[in-house]
Amino acid sequence: MKQRKRSIKLFDPALTGTAIQQSFIKLNPALMIKNPVMFTVEIGTAVMLVVSAWQAVTGDTTQGALWYNITIFAILFITVLFANFAEALAEARGKAQAESLRKTREDTPAKKITATGNGFSKETTVVASSTLKLGDHFVCEAGDIIPMDGEIVKGIATIDESAITGESAPVIREAGGDKSSVTGGTKILSDRIIVKVTTAPGESFLDKMIALVEGASRQKTPNEIALTILLAAFTLIFIIVCVTLKPFADYANTPITIAAFISLFVCLIPTTIGGLLSAIGIAGMDRALRANVIAKSGKAVETAGDIDVLLLDKTGTITIGNRKATNFYPANGVSNKEFIRISALSSMSDDTPEGKSIIELAKSNIEKSDTSKVILFSEDLSGARFIKFTAETRSSGVTMANGTRIRKGAFDAIRNMTVKAGNTVPAETEEKVKLIAGNGGTPLVVAVDDEIKGVIELQDIIKPGIQERFERLRKMGVKTVMVTGDNPLTAKYIANVAGVDDFIAEAKPEDKMNYIRQEQSSGKLVAMMGDGTNDAPALAQADVGVSMNSGTQAAKEAGNMIDLDNDPTKLIEVVEIGKQLLITRGTLTTFSIANDVAKYFAIVPALFIASIPALQSLNIMNLKSPESAILSAVIFNAIIIPMLIPLALKGVAYKPIGASALLRRNLLIYGLGGIIAPFIGIKLIDMLLGVFM
Amino acid sequence: MSTEILGTIIIFLFTMMLAYPLGKYMAKVFNGEKTLTDFMNPLERLIFRISGINPKESMNWKQFLKAMLTINMLWLVYAFFMLLFQDKLPLNPDGNPGQTPDLAFNTAISFLVNCNLQHYSGESGLTYLTQLIVITFLQFVSAATGIAALVALFNGLKEKTTNNLGNFWNYLVKSTTRILLPLSIVVAAILAFNGTPTSYDGKDSIVTLQGDSVQVSRGPAAGMIAIKQLGTNGGGWFGVNSAHPLENPNYFTNAVETIAILLIPIALVFALGFYIHRRKLAKVIFAVMTFLFVIFCTINIYYETKGNPAIDKLGVAQNMGSMEGKEVRLGAAATAFWSVATTSTSNGSVNGMHDSLTPVSGGVVILDMMINALYGGVGVGLLNYFIFIIIAVFISGLMVGRTPEFMGHKVEAREVKIAALITLLSAFLIKGFTALAAYMVIHHPEIGWAVKPSAWLNNPSYHGFSEMLYEYTSSNANNGSGFEGLGDNNIFWNVSTGIVLLLGRFLPIIAPLAIMGLLANKKFIPESPGTLRTDSYTFGVMTLVIIIIITALSYLPALGLGPIAEYFSIY
Repeated sequence: MKQRKRSIKLFDPALTGTAIQQSFIKLNPALMIKNPVMFTVEIGTAVMLVVSAWQAVTGDTTQGALWYNITIFAILFITVLFANFAEALAEARGKAQAESLRKTREDTPAKKITATGNGFSKETTVVASSTLKLGDHFVCEAGDIIPMDGEIVKGIATIDESAITGESAPVIREAGGDKSSVTGGTKILSDRIIVKVTTAPGESFLDKMIALVEGASRQKTPNEIALTILLAAFTLIFIIVCVTLKPFADYANTPITIAAFISLFVCLIPTTIGGLLSAIGIAGMDRALRANVIAKSGKAVETAGDIDVLLLDKTGTITIGNRKATNFYPANGVSNKEFIRISALSSMSDDTPEGKSIIELAKSNIEKSDTSKVILFSEDLSGARFIKFTAETRSSGVTMANGTRIRKGAFDAIRNMTVKAGNTVPAETEEKVKLIAGNGGTPLVVAVDDEIKGVIELQDIIKPGIQERFERLRKMGVKTVMVTGDNPLTAKYIANVAGVDDFIAEAKPEDKMNYIRQEQSSGKLVAMMGDGTNDAPALAQADVGVSMNSGTQAAKEAGNMIDLDNDPTKLIEVVEIGKQLLITRGTLTTFSIANDVAKYFAIVPALFIASIPALQSLNIMNLKSPESAILSAVIFNAIIIPMLIPLALKGVAYKPIGASALLRRNLLIYGLGGIIAPFIGIKLIDMLLGVFM
Repeated sequence: MSTEILGTIIIFLFTMMLAYPLGKYMAKVFNGEKTLTDFMNPLERLIFRISGINPKESMNWKQFLKAMLTINMLWLVYAFFMLLFQDKLPLNPDGNPGQTPDLAFNTAISFLVNCNLQHYSGESGLTYLTQLIVITFLQFVSAATGIAALVALFNGLKEKTTNNLGNFWNYLVKSTTRILLPLSIVVAAILAFNGTPTSYDGKDSIVTLQGDSVQVSRGPAAGMIAIKQLGTNGGGWFGVNSAHPLENPNYFTNAVETIAILLIPIALVFALGFYIHRRKLAKVIFAVMTFLFVIFCTINIYYETKGNPAIDKLGVAQNMGSMEGKEVRLGAAATAFWSVATTSTSNGSVNGMHDSLTPVSGGVVILDMMINALYGGVGVGLLNYFIFIIIAVFISGLMVGRTPEFMGHKVEAREVKIAALITLLSAFLIKGFTALAAYMVIHHPEIGWAVKPSAWLNNPSYHGFSEMLYEYTSSNANNGSGFEGLGDNNIFWNVSTGIVLLLGRFLPIIAPLAIMGLLANKKFIPESPGTLRTDSYTFGVMTLVIIIIITALSYLPALGLGPIAEYFSIY
C-alpha cells in the first residue's frame, strides 16, 4: 500500500511564526493557570519585573545590581515563552496536519435533494456544503467532489479517495452492506449516488480531531492529570524549600536577594516537563494523524499503548485479500483437462473471489496447453441454469441444458450428496482433501451428477513480513488473535505460519464480542479493528476499536479511532504511538527532576558562600562567582526547553525489549543523563558568561 | 578488622537470621494458621468476648481506619489525664509530681504515636504506675496498631480484587499476644538476668568510691525496656535511655537490645513475602533497604571510630574513636551502629548522645529519619516505603510506555494525589516547623515566654540549627530520639512537636491504606510480558533512586546549613 507522506518540517517557518505569536497570547494568566508549574514561573517573572522597576525608580541596591535583576527577569520571561512556544508549535503542526485534510472539503457545492414519501424528488438545488444538515440528502455524479461525510442510500459508484487515504486505486461504494460510507473531500469517478448526511456540520470526526489538536476541546487524559498532580506536588515541595530557606538564611546571617530566591525556585521546579507536557500530548495526537488515524480522544491513543490483546481479521490483515485457487487434483480416471473444464464451468456464475480465482487458474492452465482452449470456450451455455451458493446446501454450480448437474462445494456437503445417490467417495480424493486442509488450504470438491471428479485447492497467501510484525507485538506484550470464518484445522495452520498467538475459527460476529468480553473480564485491554455494521457492538465493547474509513457509519460511530488508510495492520502503529506518548512523558519527567541535582550544586553554594565560606567545597563545578552561578543555572533551565522540543514532538522511540530492560535503558539515558547533562551545561554557560562578567 | 566492627557485623547477621523465621511465623499468625503460640487462643477469645468483638468481621479501608483512629483517640485521652494526675495516684515511691498540661499533652501523644519523644526524664517525670499502665501499655498497643495497619495493606496486596482489608481488632490483639508479648518476655528476662532492675522499691542510695552518697533511681524497668526496643518505641525508663548502665548494663545486653531494635521491622519485610506469596518482592524491598542501611552504618562507624579532627589537632590520641557522649563499655562502633539502627526504624532509643556524633554521622541519622522507610517503625516503615513504591511505579510505568500498575491494579490520578500529598507532608512539617523555630530564635530571641527562644539552643551556629532540625525530623518520623542539647520542655516545643507527632503518625498510616483500599477495589489485571515487574531488581533500583531524589531535593538546603556546613568547617 502506498502511503502518502505528509511530513512537515519540525521548525517550518510559517508554523514557527504562528507559534511565536501564540506564545505571547498564551501568557494570559487565565490560560497559564492550567499548567501549574509554568504558572508559578510566570508569577516569579512578574515579581522580578516589580523588583526591577522598584529598583529603577528608587535606586535601592539591597536587592543586588539593577542589570542583574533585569537579566534574571528577562531569562525567566524567556523561559515562560519557550514553554508556550513548545505548546504553540505542537498545536500549529497538528492544526496544519488537520487543515490539509480539511481543506479539500470546505464549501464544495452540494446538490441537495429532498426525500419524498417513497423516493426522492427529481430536482436538485445547489447549496454550499456548509449548509447541509444532519439527515439531508444530496446527489453526486461522476466528477463531483463529495461535499460531506455520509452514507449512500441509493446507487453504486467508484470513488477516488486518494485525497484522504493516499491510496490511488479507486474504490467501490454502494448502498446497503458494509461499503456504504463516503467521506467528504473524495471524488466520484463514475455513476451516480444519493447520499444521506450522517454528521452535523463541524462535528465530523475530522472536525473533532482538529478541535482536540487545537486545544479548544483538548481535555487532559487521566494519565496526564495524574502527572500534573505529581508535578504540582514537586512544585509545592520546592515552594516549601524556598520559603523556609528565608528563616534558615536569617539564622545563618546570610542575606538572600529576591532574585536569588526566585532563581532557585524556578530552577528546582520541574519546568522542563512542565513546559513540554501539553506539547507532548498534542504531538501524540499529531503522530496518530500523521499515520492517517483519526483518534476521537487523547485517551484512546494512550489506551492503545496498554493493549494486551489484539483481534485481527484474517482476510486482508494476515493474508492477502481472499483465498486463491492454486491446484486442480482430478480423481482417478478423470483427465486433467476434463477436470479443469468442469471446474471452470462450475464457477462461471460464481462471483465470489474464490470462484473468480478458479476461472483465472483454469485460463492460465489452458493457455499453457493451447489445444484445450477450444474445449472451455466452445461450451454451449445457453439454457444452462446456475445454482447460487446457499448456506443450506453449502455448494453451488450449474445445471447444463442437457441436465448434467455440476456441483462444487465443501467436502462434506458434496460427500453427502454423493453417498445419498449411492456413489462412493474416491479414496484418493478423500486423502487429498485431508492433505489440503492440513496445509491450511481449503479443498473444494467438484462433482458431476453426484459423482466426485476431483478437488480444487484454495490457498491463503500470507502477507510477507507479517510474522516479524507479530513478533514485535509479542515483545511488546501484546497477544494477537486471528479471527476467521475458516474451519479450525485451516485456521490453526494459518495461525501457526503467521505466528499469531490464538485464533477464533468459524467465527460468527457474536464470537468476537464474546472473546472480547472474556478477555476483559480477566482484566485485559482489548483492541480490534472492524468495518462492518455487525462489527459495531464489538468495536464499542473493545477498549480500542479502530474502524476503517471505508466501513459503515455504525462501525465508525462505535469505535474510538478511524483509520483513513483502511489498513488492518495499522493497529500495530497505533499501539506504538500510544506507548511512545507515555514514554516521552515519563522520560522527560525523569530528566527534568534529575536536572535538579546539578542546579542545587550550582545555586546553594552561591547563596551561602559569602557568610559560610566552608560551603565553597560544595561548589564542585567551580563556578566563577555566585552571580554567574545563579545566572548559568537559570539560563540552562531556560534553554533546555527549546532544546528538547524536537524530542517532545517526535517522541522518544519505543523499543520492544521487555519492560525491565526498557526501564533500565531509559533510566540510564534520561535519569543518569539528566544528572550529568546540566553539570556540563551549567559549567559551559558559566565559562561563557565569564567572558562578559 | 577490629573486634568492635566485627561485633556490629555479627549483630546484624544475627538479626537477619532471626528475622527470617520470625517473618514466616508472623505471616502464619495473621493467616490464622497453626503456630507455636496457639496456647494464647483462650486469652484472645476472652478479650474478644469481653469487648464484644467479632474478629472474623471484615472491614473495608474506611471501617478499618475508623476503628483504629477511635481507639487511638480514647488512649490519648486516657494517657493525658493519667499523666496529669499521676502524683495523686499510687505506686509513686519517689514522690514525683504530676506533669504540666503541655508536657502531658506532648508525652501522651508521643507514646500514642509510637514516637516516644521524651521532654522529661523517666526517673523524675513519671511514677511507677504511669510508667507501667500508661507508658508501657502504649508502647505495646502503638506497636500493635502499626502492625495491624500493615497487615491491612498485606490483605489488599494479597487479594486480586477485594473490599476487605481484614479486622483491625483481630490484628491488634494478635500482634500483642502472639508477637510483642512473647518476644518482650524473652528480652526482658535476658535484661533482668544481666542487672536491669525489676523492683518496685524506690530510689536506692549508694556510696561511690569517692565517698559521696548518691541516689540511684530504680523501678520495674526490664519489661518496659524490652518492649521499648522491640516495638520501635524508644522511650527509655531512665532519662539517658540505653546509655544508662541499668538500662543497658553490658556489651551483651547492648547486642540484644540492638537486635531487638531491628528484629520486627526486618521480619515484617519477610512477612510480606510469605503472607502475599511474593517472596521475590520482599527480597527486592529488603535489598533496597539494606543497601542504604549498610551504607549509612559504614559512614557512621567510619567517622565515629576515626575520632574528632578538632581533638586530633590538639595532639590528643583518640584510639577509641570519638568518645564524647559515648559509653566506654559499649565503644564507638557499637554506638555508631545503634545510631543508624535506631533512626532507620523510627525507634529512637539511644545508647550514646546523638548530639555528640561527628557532623557527618549526625547528618546521616537526620537523613535516615527523613527517609524513615529503611525497615522503618513496626508496620509503618513498610507503609512509608509503599508510598515511595507508588511514585516509583507511576514514573517508571510512564518510562516503559504503559499506564502504571502495581500488583495488578492501575495506579491513577487519585492514588498519585494521595501519595504526592504524603511526600509533601514530611517536607512541610519538618522544614516548616524548623523554619518557625529558627525564625523565633533569630527575630524574637527575647520574647516574654517562660523559656526564651534565645535559651533554647545549647550550641551556636550550625550545630544549633541541627538540633532544631533533628527535633522536628525525629517528631515527624515518630522516631523520638533527640539531638538533646535543646531546651525542649516548654510550651513551644511541647505543643509544636505534639502537632507534628500526630500528623506525622496518622496521615502516613491513613494515606497508604486509602491508596490500598482504592487499588484493591479496582479490576485485577493479570501480568503480561509488557507489565513492568515490581519484584525485579531493576524496579528496586528505581525505588531507591526515587527515595534518594525526593529526600535530597526536599532537604538538601536544610542539611547544607546544618551538618554539611558543620562538616566543612571542622574538617
